[in-house]
Amino acid sequence: MRKGKKMVTVLSYVILAAGLLWVSLPFVWMVLTAFKSAKEVLSMPPKWIPSVWQWENFKMALQQVPYARYFFNSVFTAVMVTVGEVFTTVLAAYAFAYIPFQFKNALFLVLVATMMVPGEILMIPNYITLSNWGWIDSYKALIIPWCASIFSIFLLKQQFESIPISYYKSAKINGCSELRFLFTILIPCSVPTLASIAILKFINCWNSYMWPLITTNSEEMRTLPVGMAAFSTEAGTRYHILMAFSILVIAPVIILYLFTQKYIVKGVSKSGLKG
Amino acid sequence: MKRKWKIRNPQFRAFLYLLPALSVIAVFQFYPVLKSFFMGFYTKFDYLTDTVEAVGLDNFLYVLKDPEFALAMKNTAVFAVISVPLGIITALVFALILNSNIRFQKFFRSAYFLPFVTSMTAVAVVWRWMLNKDYGMVNALLSVLGMPKVAWLTDAQMTIPILIVLSVWKGLGYKIIILLAALQGVDERYVKAGRMDGAGSFRRICYIILPILRPTILFLSVTSLIGAFKIFDEVYIMYGQKPGPLQSGLTIVYYIFDKFYRHWEFTTASAAAFLLFLVILFFTLLQFLFSSERRKS
Repeated sequence: MRKGKKMVTVLSYVILAAGLLWVSLPFVWMVLTAFKSAKEVLSMPPKWIPSVWQWENFKMALQQVPYARYFFNSVFTAVMVTVGEVFTTVLAAYAFAYIPFQFKNALFLVLVATMMVPGEILMIPNYITLSNWGWIDSYKALIIPWCASIFSIFLLKQQFESIPISYYKSAKINGCSELRFLFTILIPCSVPTLASIAILKFINCWNSYMWPLITTNSEEMRTLPVGMAAFSTEAGTRYHILMAFSILVIAPVIILYLFTQKYIVKGVSKSGLKG
Repeated sequence: MKRKWKIRNPQFRAFLYLLPALSVIAVFQFYPVLKSFFMGFYTKFDYLTDTVEAVGLDNFLYVLKDPEFALAMKNTAVFAVISVPLGIITALVFALILNSNIRFQKFFRSAYFLPFVTSMTAVAVVWRWMLNKDYGMVNALLSVLGMPKVAWLTDAQMTIPILIVLSVWKGLGYKIIILLAALQGVDERYVKAGRMDGAGSFRRICYIILPILRPTILFLSVTSLIGAFKIFDEVYIMYGQKPGPLQSGLTIVYYIFDKFYRHWEFTTASAAAFLLFLVILFFTLLQFLFSSERRKS
């Protein structure tokens, strides 16, 4: 009996380790390639460990691609989208949670139904709207359409509703205005949920590819993923530079992930519990 | 004396609070939903002036008769039907192991989640390099095992399997986190009762834990199915903006994108997008049906 249990434990670790290897291999290969010389990249049979670690590859990647510009575009867009979404979400969630208004349920239903529609379907009419407004190839096009999320509103509404109603009543009796109640009591009580919403939004926006691809056409407006995809077709066999560049694309998000894991895990598991 | 500015009418107050969110949602979500539905019916349409000269079913008929659309449907369906169960079963195995008394649980969970937060663009570029026939890692590993080289990226047979492995790899951590959250909600007493009645761990999993996890698995199946039907980025980038060798990676969203962005056939693209919406709506309704049935019983 005991022996069988030990076997199961060993097997569990073997499976976990195999999974770890599978998950990390692409990353390992990316990092190893990023430090190889041009010759080593194309050596037969492939060499695993670079004989000399070529840090210059990163310098070359930065020279061959307007990385700073792409980086700025990505950071600026993602920050603005995140700020915008948190702003609209907080206000809308407050209205849903605390203000009794007519047609609340009807509005709620319409929003739920809209949430089911995949973003790919909205792409074409949104493109037409933006081009009619002359917004194509501008930050407005990258930012404003993403500044509200129905899902985040529902998530935050639930969080607001979990705060005892007595807080609201006592704040009201003491003459606290609604906005003050929202900003000094509700928001500080909801920091973890807000953090989950904000971080997931930031990462999503950072990684998004199709929307910035169709709404930008000049090189100055490209975000990192779009710039990376463009460079990948120009790079040819310069895989060491390409891999160095891809490290530069994913590193910011991975660093963010490592520091804010708690909130990401919380946000993701909440999105699952809804089902 | 300071006069307090206050709006008493709750209707108007609610409206002000909702205004920022609703104006964005109205313009970029409500309106396009309706617009894309109608656009599928426009047969003569000038998008620059937004004038419609004729309407009809021509776009839908064209798309439904287009062999490329049929191929896109088939490719996407095959991809979805295999990748979704495979992804969930893999994640379930890892989640069950991680939920038992295992050390470094947090470390493994974080590591598995890493692909999920990385940009699909970067991932697709890295995979393309990994699968390179002459200098790639995968063939190097195969040659260590004494196996012949495979032309991963130019063999049409390999496209869907590659996309499946990539999607399982990318989504593993996400599914594990959701399953772990559900597993932590499983009442220990049921499991203990099962143990007392002499059920081994395999039977405890099959007859106690899995039925409790059913709603979560259903949720994951539907969201993954929807996600699978929207596959695009990885194909577009991994195959150098082409739909794979011999169109083996032509997916529905690729078809829509191609019609819309390459050929500027907005109305055809809208009709195809509407058909995709119907497919997704079907899965969503299925989920509602199953979950409400469960609630009743």
